[in-house]
Amino acid sequence: MARKTASAAKRPAAPRKAARKSRKRAPAVADFTRDEEFAALRTMLLVRRFEEKAGQLYGMGHIGGFCHLYIGQEAVVTGVFMARRADDEVITSYRCHGHAIVSGADPKAVMAELTGRAGGISHGKGGSMHIFNTAGHFWGGHGIVGAQVPLGTGLAFARRYGGSDQVSLTFFGEGAANQGQVYESFNMASIWKLPVVYVIENNRYAMGTAVTRSAARPEELYMRGAAFGIPGEQVDGMDVRAVKAAAERAIAHARSGKGPYILEMQTYRYRGHSMSDPAKYRTREEVQKMRQEHDPIEQVKRRLLDKEWASAEDLKEVDAQVRKIVTAAAEFATSAPQPADEELWTDVYAQAGRG
Amino acid sequence: MATTIRMPALSPTMEHGKLARWLVKEGERVAPGDVIAEIETDKATMEVESDDGGVVARLLVDEGAQNVPVGAPIAVIAEEGEALDEAALEAAPAPAGAPRGAGQADAPAPAAPQPEPAPQAAAPQVAAPQVAVSAAPQVAAPGDGGPDPARNLSITAPPMTDPVYGDDVTFKEMTVREALRDAMAEEMRRDEAVFLMGEEVAQYQGAYKVSQGLLEEFGERRVVDTPITEYGFSGLGVGAAFAGLKPIIEFMTFNFAMQAIDHIINSAAKTLYMSGGALAVPVVFRGPNGAAARVAAQHSQDYSAWYAHVPGLKVIAPHSAADAKGLLKAAIRDPGPVVFLENELLYGHKFPVPQVEDHVLPIGRARIARVGTDVTIAAYSMGMEYALAAAGMLAEEGISAEVIDLRSLRPLDVPAIVESVKKTNRLVTVEEGWPVCSIGAEIARRVMQEAFDWLDAPVLTVNGKDVPMPYAANLEKLALPTAQDVVDAAHSVLYR
Repeated sequence: MARKTASAAKRPAAPRKAARKSRKRAPAVADFTRDEEFAALRTMLLVRRFEEKAGQLYGMGHIGGFCHLYIGQEAVVTGVFMARRADDEVITSYRCHGHAIVSGADPKAVMAELTGRAGGISHGKGGSMHIFNTAGHFWGGHGIVGAQVPLGTGLAFARRYGGSDQVSLTFFGEGAANQGQVYESFNMASIWKLPVVYVIENNRYAMGTAVTRSAARPEELYMRGAAFGIPGEQVDGMDVRAVKAAAERAIAHARSGKGPYILEMQTYRYRGHSMSDPAKYRTREEVQKMRQEHDPIEQVKRRLLDKEWASAEDLKEVDAQVRKIVTAAAEFATSAPQPADEELWTDVYAQAGRG
Repeated sequence: MATTIRMPALSPTMEHGKLARWLVKEGERVAPGDVIAEIETDKATMEVESDDGGVVARLLVDEGAQNVPVGAPIAVIAEEGEALDEAALEAAPAPAGAPRGAGQADAPAPAAPQPEPAPQAAAPQVAAPQVAVSAAPQVAAPGDGGPDPARNLSITAPPMTDPVYGDDVTFKEMTVREALRDAMAEEMRRDEAVFLMGEEVAQYQGAYKVSQGLLEEFGERRVVDTPITEYGFSGLGVGAAFAGLKPIIEFMTFNFAMQAIDHIINSAAKTLYMSGGALAVPVVFRGPNGAAARVAAQHSQDYSAWYAHVPGLKVIAPHSAADAKGLLKAAIRDPGPVVFLENELLYGHKFPVPQVEDHVLPIGRARIARVGTDVTIAAYSMGMEYALAAAGMLAEEGISAEVIDLRSLRPLDVPAIVESVKKTNRLVTVEEGWPVCSIGAEIARRVMQEAFDWLDAPVLTVNGKDVPMPYAANLEKLALPTAQDVVDAAHSVLYR
């Protein structure tokens, strides 16, 4: 704690120009319309219920290996996707189920990928960490911490090369924000003015290591691009309205040819890093406090009720619809056949005219 | 809507566990995330959370119960005031699919049983008409656990064999450097998606002048100078390939590509597979590889075997200018990632190059560089210099050596080597790389498995010495193979 205070006290050391452009916390957030609130609720609930079901299926032994759940962070992907144009590119780490679903991937195919079945979106060959939906401009699903950052920068390079104004939305965690390749990417994105928005999903724990133990100046990751002249912004990542508003500003900046932009989304994951994480590095009280006071879904529900835009019954109906989708996904994912043995040997090399 | 909470697995191997303690009672309210129970195995304890808020309607397992199967219902959470379907509870709903049981029991899906594959489907790629490498019948090696991965290759460069040029085609003496430059320029003219990126490729005209003139012709949009950040720009290139461009990523030397090998292997080579075929990565990683002169250990290393090890990559290491040109053009057109290994010391060597509009060669085909009958010498890149010199020396003693230029290291043209061994019954391999797990070691394995009865002597491999490259001129010379080493090895397999 002492350390945090000390670094906060002597904070404004970053280059002035970028510091001027950067800001800690956005201004007051514009309210959502009723439709926007409902859309956000539906999307966030779908991701949450999907992930809860994935957790259950993992617990039942249907899902193997690593399985990184997104529960608690739903507002980030939801708000950013509400701000993006449908052809903007998206790439992220191995915590990718939510991004895939929100990009339009069929929950059945995503869940079947988690269970390693033939109907999986990658034919069961990628698993939980490698979900792709290129039709929805979602480029995966990458298992090496930080690797998606230069990849996402390359998506931006390609779109600029082709003369398009598409923007690359490159997501990574606060743990990855310490990776060298992230700064190699920041440097190139800045000198070439690439249309990329770097979305740092700061969920406060890189596996079991708190951001205060792993990052220099942990309270201002949005300043990580300052040395490269990249403006940054810290955002309440538990408030889907704040996320959408900040993403709109960042995307407009990138699309207008001004180069990259950094959004530090302050968020929280309720579950362990992966399913096999007993989460002994934080207290249960801390998690419950976040759930009770900042839960992104509860925030939307409360606003809908307070404004009398929805009744409790309406909200239950949304939940029921979402559960139906997720239950169907789970049924498909647990009853679909395993990939045929021949699949072992396919997709090692690309065929001409494919891909 | 009531939800059933089931016995979770603490690990992928757990089948049963003990319900150590209930933390809630029937009728109690729970909030989402509340811990309701503790379970334990002999290895660990874990808390079970409720995802939903509501009222604990039923606890279905007694506290302290041992051997509760993974997936068995343990509790039901209902909404407040919700009437439970008692009949359904009595039936203790089975998990949606079979829970992990003993051994492999979690696997087969009952819904749509897979028919037994027809016998000929066991190695499905063998019959594919595009497969070039499996032209000669091959026997699956017993220890390999499956068809040879090379059979999965579709050689996608237009030709399946080297083009045959008639008398009307003239040949021009060109350096390897010029041939590589021409290959890139021709492909960049042909396809707007092709671009070159790397350190000093544009304004400096290439650290080894391979990209001479390309900036002038194609401009800075397509000939891109990068910062000295291999990891970053390799990843950026792979990302651009995801999005449909065809990057040529130049490494000033492959020694520096070790910083980027994560993207070459994890991001480029594996993505097509991991995405179930959805995402191809058409990228070429090229640059000088192998020993240079007097630059010591960190700047003199042959990475051939490293990359040839990796399924998903194709690996090319040409010797002549004509092969360099034809294979680089094929690599750029290939729909997947190709590692193209050049050699700094060969850049200035001149070879005849056919003066045709589109000289493209097949990836995965070796070339007989010299026909012979007594001993086969298989080599690539700089190794060909030693091999050809040795063949000349052997000829003076009346020994006829057949020299095979492998050109492609993955896929490796094993049928061409086997064909030659059937004629000569003796094989020597030559490379500058270290001996352990080398290309020569791989060739020895394959020839032992596929032409054992044709061998009259053990396969010998001529390699660089098993030490980091020294700087001192005399020691450097000792570390590298020589033509005499190849001659000695030939004598040895000929028992002369």
